[in-house]
Amino acid sequence: MSLELGKSAYSVEIKQLDLAFGAVKVLQGLDLNINEGEFLVLLGSSGCGKSTLLNCIAGLLEITDGQIWIKGQNVTWAEPSERGIGMVFQSYALYPQMTVKGNLSFGLKNAKLPKDEIEKRVARAAEILQIEPLLNRKPGALSGGQRQRVAIGRALVRDVDVFLFDEPLSNLDAKLRVDLRVELKRLHNQLQNTMIYVTHDQVEAMTLADRIAVMKGGAIMQLGTPDEIYNKPRNLYVADFIGSPSMNFLEGHFEDGRFTVDDMVMPMTGYDFAAPQTANRPAVIGIRPEHVVTGELVRNTPLRYKVDVDLVEPMGSDTLVYAKLGRHIFRIRMDGQAVVQAGETIEIGVDPSRASLFDKATEDRL
Amino acid sequence: MSVVEDRSLQGAAGAKRPIRLFRNPMAKIASIPMILTAMVVFVGGTLWTVVHSFSGSKLLPRLNWVGFDQYERLWETPRWLISISNLALYGICSLILTLTIGFVLAALLDRKIRGEGVFRTIFLYPFALSFVVTGIAWQWILNPDFGLQNLVREWGWESFVFNPLNDPDTVMFGLLIAGIWQGSGLIMCIMLAGLRGIDEDIWKAARVDGIGTVKTYIRIVIPMMRPVFITSLVLIASGIIKLYDLVVAQTNGGPGISSEVPAKYVIEYMFRAQNLGQGFAASTMMLVSVVIILIPWAYLEFGKGMRIMHFLGMIALVLLTLAGFVAVVVAWSFSLSLLLPLVGFLICAGALTAYLRFVKGHIQHG
Amino acid sequence: MADIAMTGPRGPKPKKRFSRTNIFLYGTLIMISMYYLLPLYVMIVTSLKGMPEIRLGNVFGPPLEITYEPWVKAWSEACTGVNCDGLSRGFWNSVNILIPSVVLSIAIASVNGYALSNWKFKGSEVFFTILILGAFIPYQTMIYPIVIMLREIGLMGDLGGLVLVHSVFGMPILTLLFRNYFTSVPEELFKAARVDGAGFWRIYFQIMLPMALPIFVVAVILQVTGIWNDFLFGVIYTKPATYPMTVQLNNIVNSVQGVKEYNVNMAATLLTGLVPLVIYFLSGKLFVRGIAAGAVKG
Ligand SMILES: Nc1ncnc2c1ncn2[C@@H]1O[C@H](COP(=O)(O)OP(=O)(O)OP(=O)(O)O)[C@@H](O)[C@H]1O
Ligand SMILES: [Mg+2]
Repeated sequence: MSLELGKSAYSVEIKQLDLAFGAVKVLQGLDLNINEGEFLVLLGSSGCGKSTLLNCIAGLLEITDGQIWIKGQNVTWAEPSERGIGMVFQSYALYPQMTVKGNLSFGLKNAKLPKDEIEKRVARAAEILQIEPLLNRKPGALSGGQRQRVAIGRALVRDVDVFLFDEPLSNLDAKLRVDLRVELKRLHNQLQNTMIYVTHDQVEAMTLADRIAVMKGGAIMQLGTPDEIYNKPRNLYVADFIGSPSMNFLEGHFEDGRFTVDDMVMPMTGYDFAAPQTANRPAVIGIRPEHVVTGELVRNTPLRYKVDVDLVEPMGSDTLVYAKLGRHIFRIRMDGQAVVQAGETIEIGVDPSRASLFDKATEDRL
Repeated sequence: MSVVEDRSLQGAAGAKRPIRLFRNPMAKIASIPMILTAMVVFVGGTLWTVVHSFSGSKLLPRLNWVGFDQYERLWETPRWLISISNLALYGICSLILTLTIGFVLAALLDRKIRGEGVFRTIFLYPFALSFVVTGIAWQWILNPDFGLQNLVREWGWESFVFNPLNDPDTVMFGLLIAGIWQGSGLIMCIMLAGLRGIDEDIWKAARVDGIGTVKTYIRIVIPMMRPVFITSLVLIASGIIKLYDLVVAQTNGGPGISSEVPAKYVIEYMFRAQNLGQGFAASTMMLVSVVIILIPWAYLEFGKGMRIMHFLGMIALVLLTLAGFVAVVVAWSFSLSLLLPLVGFLICAGALTAYLRFVKGHIQHG
Repeated sequence: MADIAMTGPRGPKPKKRFSRTNIFLYGTLIMISMYYLLPLYVMIVTSLKGMPEIRLGNVFGPPLEITYEPWVKAWSEACTGVNCDGLSRGFWNSVNILIPSVVLSIAIASVNGYALSNWKFKGSEVFFTILILGAFIPYQTMIYPIVIMLREIGLMGDLGGLVLVHSVFGMPILTLLFRNYFTSVPEELFKAARVDGAGFWRIYFQIMLPMALPIFVVAVILQVTGIWNDFLFGVIYTKPATYPMTVQLNNIVNSVQGVKEYNVNMAATLLTGLVPLVIYFLSGKLFVRGIAAGAVKG
């Protein structure tokens, strides 16, 4: 009980959260602590429970078990409007019959704020988001980007501690998405609020996040900075999920500090093992296509192989090469200028310190 | 009126799990009319009638147990037997004719017709009229001295006879003409919507394959419209059972009792003949026949993916349980021995629960 | 479903304008149209003839001499039993029944539909299922218990009682209509309003209601025609002084006493059918939408 009064270091704490729709358990024993002012991205494939988690934090779903704390207060059973959260939805969810101004002030009117205070806050939000000229329009007369700005404004005016975003950019076209992404980042720098952001776009996650939580099947697979998630994925799922094109995986055996696949032997010198002594076992090595070295630089890498080019996909800025390494197809990302042709034999180099090694049975990082 | 609950006790309020029954109280209060209607009027009222059908009520409802006497008497009453066979005749003809006419009209209108709106308006307007108006209008047209028969005779065919409303053998067809006139527009409308819901590419594909129009309708379109036909069927069937106003207005059951229908039988016995028990027994029979009609529909609509044996077993158990429940209420109402029906009901309910669980598991695995 | 009906024909395209199929097609349609239009035509011409002309026969001929006498008589002089003040009494009774019934039934059903789609609670689906199943129960099994209930609350024979009955029996289909509509409204809109601190009634009145106007129109059309055309409940739950128009019409036309005045009967019939017909012709596509919405039961 004493905890309830003490000021927590965390902005949002989720403790042993369970949520089930009838018999279907969507979230199970989920723990997550989010720091003050942090931009946390929930990343995961469709149906893994990201929106569900966000709705639980917002109080829009009744949880089955566990606790949710916001700003050091237990809000597990509080009404959504009493939690100090604002929420932005993928479909904008603007009230169609109200003007932009009406949309922005609806929450404030419900909270019975004085008129001049409402005016002030709406004006400020409109200024921050640059939607002043739109205030008297109805949502139907706005573009997608403008609508999403208004939706963000609706959370902004309420002066909340925590912003919740549920794939706010996925309904926008590619270019607008990039623009608004940058603006969101700027907004976060300016406001310094806690933001929890759901997406399944990796680029959004990488660029926006202070930390990323990769989710699968209602559980958090890995929580870490974008750098950690990208370079040191904690298990095979995260390794496979993050990165495009995705990681190359070779199944083999780990023995005495060396990884063997078929007749190839890779000494793992310089690899940062999670546990100091790692016993021999079947293992999987993961190498990112962009970490495979070609051309001049090959000489500097510890491991070198000759591969036969099978297929070349030029993509402008870079070129994706499918090559045969033994009986495996290996993806290699090369510079866009590189001139390679199918049938050619090229030399590639691999740096074990940039690879990831996983236990084949548990799928965890070694 | 707003239901934002007052939670001035910050933090502490969110920590306590509210009692389920009192969460969102407004939603429950607002649903009271619905709950009362469903439970008191629909369930309670039906049960009341069924219970009293085992009584010898005359002018006023009384609970004097007469067992199945009312039912025995009912099935010995010529008027009831005529009512039933009339309804069966009317029902079958009306079902076939309405479906056929509705579909043919819809198909004709679907052929890029000029003035489709005009035709649709003409076919549908009778549906806006009441059965009383319909009945009286057709009574007038079928009047032997002034109507159709007279017209044809004036044209020179002196011996022409078309006098259904005064002929016990054909009076039901007189009603049928009016009933179809009133109701077929609705079915046409539903069928038309169904036809419009069919992918236009089907027609292109059929034309490419060289399949004729009529053949396309029979082989491809009609099978695709199965749900529409089922909806129409249920709609027509539930209308048939209610057949009352039309008869009262057009023939008033005559000549003699040759166009009586069950709904009319019930009303007459309840409110004119002051033989409530008979009325209750007859209306219970109507209820039973509706249940029998609805079972195949329920299978088609909800039993998808369920084996027919499972469905039949489930229905049988549901019916047994319902019968058991009614038996318990009846026994209790008439202060008969409660033990036997109660045990029967409990066994049935137990079996039903077990069976439902079994079937559910089966569906999930399959 | 009916929205699709508006998007235009999908069937195969007939080739030439005066091809044999086309002549057959339009010929058939016009023939069938005659069957549908015949009663309306006969009613109109009969109601404009004098009795002597009717006795000459040929109900299908146009009136030789147009007279509005039958209409006047039907409206203000036709007799039911001892009352000889015409259909006007029934008309006003029907209006008095109609307005509160439509308002009450739609108010209740729209709130039901809203609660059922956005504020589900334990058991709400069960009640809804029972309500929908109730639409299939023959009225006859519920008629007498309702008589007793109305007697208990002192509304038997009263217009108020009939209003309640109409609200009760209109509830399944209207609730379904509104539930389906509110379910199709994106859930995120509701969630956004919750986050904005709006409660049950505020969301209903400020967010949902303004959005649901088209469906309200559909519901009104459905109820106006349905309640106006009702006969059974009118006969049972009112007394002769408060009989609705349909019941009074039946009593005028099918009374055994007196000489049959067919022209007056037809004028009375037309008068009774006028309200739904006007609604029908004015509302056009919305009417179709209403019945199609009503048709998708279960
Ligand atoms: N109301 C509900 N009833 C039953 N199951 C639900 C309900 N809402 C969501 N689910 C299930 O819960 C799981 C998680 O859903 P959720 O919407 O949280 O996924 P998500 O990660 O947000 O996916 P997406 O990226 O597609 O938005 C899904 O498997 C979904 O089918
Ligand atoms: Mg989602």
